[in-house]
Amino acid sequence: MAKSVQQRMMSLNGDEAVAWAARQSNVDVVAAFPITPQTIIMERIAEFIHDGLMDSEIIRVESEHSALSASWGASIAGARAFTATAANGLALMWEILYIVASSRAPVVMAVVNRALSAPINIHCDHSDSMGARDSGWIQIYSEDAQEAYDNTIQAFRIAEHENVQLPVMVMLDGFLISHTMQNVQILPEDVVSDFVGYRKPSRIKLPEFYGEKEIPLMLNPKYPISIGPLDLYDYYFEHKMQQIEAMKRAPEVIKEIHKEFAEISGRSYGDGLLDPYRAEDADALIMGIGSTMGTMKAVVDELREEGKKVGSVRIRTFRPFPADEIRKLASGVSSLGVLDRSASFGAEGGPLFMEVRSALYSLKDRPPVLGYIYGLGGRDMPPRLLKKIAEEVLSAREEPERPRVGYPGVRE
Amino acid sequence: MAETKWVPNIRQIAKEMHERGFTGITPGHRLCAGCVAGTIVRQVMMAARKPVVVINATGCLEVATTIFPYTAWQVPWAHNAFENAAAVASGVERAQAKLIRDKRFEGDPDIEMDYDIVVFGGDGGTYDIGLQALSGALERGHKFMYVLYDNEAYMNTGIQRSGSTPFGAWTTTTPAGKVIPGKPVGKKPLVDIIAAHRIPYVATVSPYYWNDALVKFRKGFEADGPVFIRAFSTCNRGWYNAPEESIAISRLAVETCVFPLYEVVNGVEWRLSPPSLAIAKNPQKKKPVEEYLKTQRRFRHMFKPENRWMIKRFQEMVDYEWELLLERVGLKG
Ligand SMILES: Cc1ncc(C[n+]2csc(CCOP(=O)(O)OP(=O)(O)O)c2C)c(N)n1
Ligand code: SF4
Ligand SMILES: [Mg+2]
Repeated sequence: MAKSVQQRMMSLNGDEAVAWAARQSNVDVVAAFPITPQTIIMERIAEFIHDGLMDSEIIRVESEHSALSASWGASIAGARAFTATAANGLALMWEILYIVASSRAPVVMAVVNRALSAPINIHCDHSDSMGARDSGWIQIYSEDAQEAYDNTIQAFRIAEHENVQLPVMVMLDGFLISHTMQNVQILPEDVVSDFVGYRKPSRIKLPEFYGEKEIPLMLNPKYPISIGPLDLYDYYFEHKMQQIEAMKRAPEVIKEIHKEFAEISGRSYGDGLLDPYRAEDADALIMGIGSTMGTMKAVVDELREEGKKVGSVRIRTFRPFPADEIRKLASGVSSLGVLDRSASFGAEGGPLFMEVRSALYSLKDRPPVLGYIYGLGGRDMPPRLLKKIAEEVLSAREEPERPRVGYPGVRE
Repeated sequence: MAETKWVPNIRQIAKEMHERGFTGITPGHRLCAGCVAGTIVRQVMMAARKPVVVINATGCLEVATTIFPYTAWQVPWAHNAFENAAAVASGVERAQAKLIRDKRFEGDPDIEMDYDIVVFGGDGGTYDIGLQALSGALERGHKFMYVLYDNEAYMNTGIQRSGSTPFGAWTTTTPAGKVIPGKPVGKKPLVDIIAAHRIPYVATVSPYYWNDALVKFRKGFEADGPVFIRAFSTCNRGWYNAPEESIAISRLAVETCVFPLYEVVNGVEWRLSPPSLAIAKNPQKKKPVEEYLKTQRRFRHMFKPENRWMIKRFQEMVDYEWELLLERVGLKG
């Protein structure tokens, strides 16, 4: 990471950092609808555009359903589209999330994680984006404002990569990241512009019948195509397989673009999929997502000083889920703790817990896995609680009868 | 605006389309025989001044014109969902503006960016579930022509009532029961609602009056902003009319004033179109609604002795709307 370029240090909150990333990423069309804690993203982008600092079209739609629909329209018309939302807004988009992914429109969306209603609550948990985990979008979670900026820029490259062609959600924790000021390194405009380039619609092969020809996959009177036809049991499954395969190709692309970005920015986060911290020689590993894992690093340091061999692993990409990488990291450890900031009602634990445990099933020596559902509706997760969890995980193998899922921070 | 110098020469258009092998939508689609939704699409294509891109809401037209790997569309066509066609069109329109402004694809021999955008939506996708997205798009002023093919029910899902289903009509969710015979309420005054957005051009068309329809579609293409056109669209499956009578019914609807033909410019200037103007000037030409109702078995129960009051009520409702329209176009009193 030697020859990274000169960057500008700015005091920005997470939302502003995302707006800066969008501003620099040659976005053609932004379509969005305001919702706390996402609003600042939309407001900053509007300011940039109104002040002539960002050359994009902005569509101030009348709902999130329309925000994503308009983004899709822009995308299939050949443009680079960006949107942002949170919680109820994401829930309102639900129908269109699947359509955008299935039609392989490389839309990028920032999701500022917020608890889903009811009761109505504006603070952070991951129930919104976790609810969208099967929609076919790539999901990348950020730890802080800097990473939200970095991830947003990379997201355009990942989404539009010819081996991927899938929409990408970039997550940042509501308030904890979105509204928290931080020193953020902002790359020069031209460097980001060169890195992301301009949207080039992918090309598709015409059936042989028409001769050897590749045509742009977009609304284009030169080569008219039908996008979004009826598709029943004779082809639907094959089309779903293509989506499954594209998702399988995504990890390589995410890692590659992450590395390329590290070279210009000097910043990297593990291999791009997982961000491990003091994990190599750890007896116990704590896995989780988002800003809490930043706190966890400090807690790991504290425990290490006490001679307790704890490490942490932050999951950056929940979709595609880095199961192989998790298996590798977990194969040496004696116990694992998994932190979930969302509940799956009626399931054995949170979504991350279930996926981690499932990934470990094929290991010969499976370590015990403890699940923790925490922080719902923005409930604080202080270091002392994380420390307690880590200590509990560290001793897990000695007490195999212990209940597998706990709810730290909740009142009895 | 809302004037055009264009005069459709049907022979010329037909000849040109034939020579190019282009009608916008090909034969072999799976719309029912007698469905005029396809006729409306063709009339739109005949009025086109440059390439057209179509956005289609979920519904009969979408389902019947595509099934992977086939499509009946000779123009770029996209379908996303039921309630968001106007929002999708908003995105397409802004993308087009940006890409043209940037000259992004200029010089690329494989890409053409100069096109008009047309949306086709059914009454369900327009009166009901898609009204919000449409209203938002009209307020924002995107340039596209929204063509509602109004067959007065959710046909694709099997003839359920919509906000457009007329009073008394049988549908599968307003059955002609013993206690409640058909739909108890009338139609939503959608054109009024759309016109209230003060968009440049709103009009109604009926496929029988093809000349009037073509000119209006052409005005729609030429308008500088959002355009809304409501097209009368028979559905022999849902209306239980004889398929071969579709076009005749399209005429009767105008002659009975069930479906008057008019234009609204900038939301304030209301004008009757020639076929309806002729009736306004010569009221004895106005045919009783019974003539229209009897062509469709969805109204059959209204002809039972105990339900005859429904025909009277239907006539009153049509008269009321017609009088309101005459007032608006300044032909009353
Ligand atoms: C959100 C949503 N709800 C319901 C449906 C089911 N659906 C598909 S088409 C349709 C009715 C379409 O009615 P209309 O817009 O009048 O078009 P038509 O089929 O009559 O031409 C319905 C209810 C759907 N596709 N999406
Ligand atoms: S059911 Fe009605 S609207 Fe649908 S294709 Fe048949 S005639 Fe047309
Ligand atoms: Mg209908």
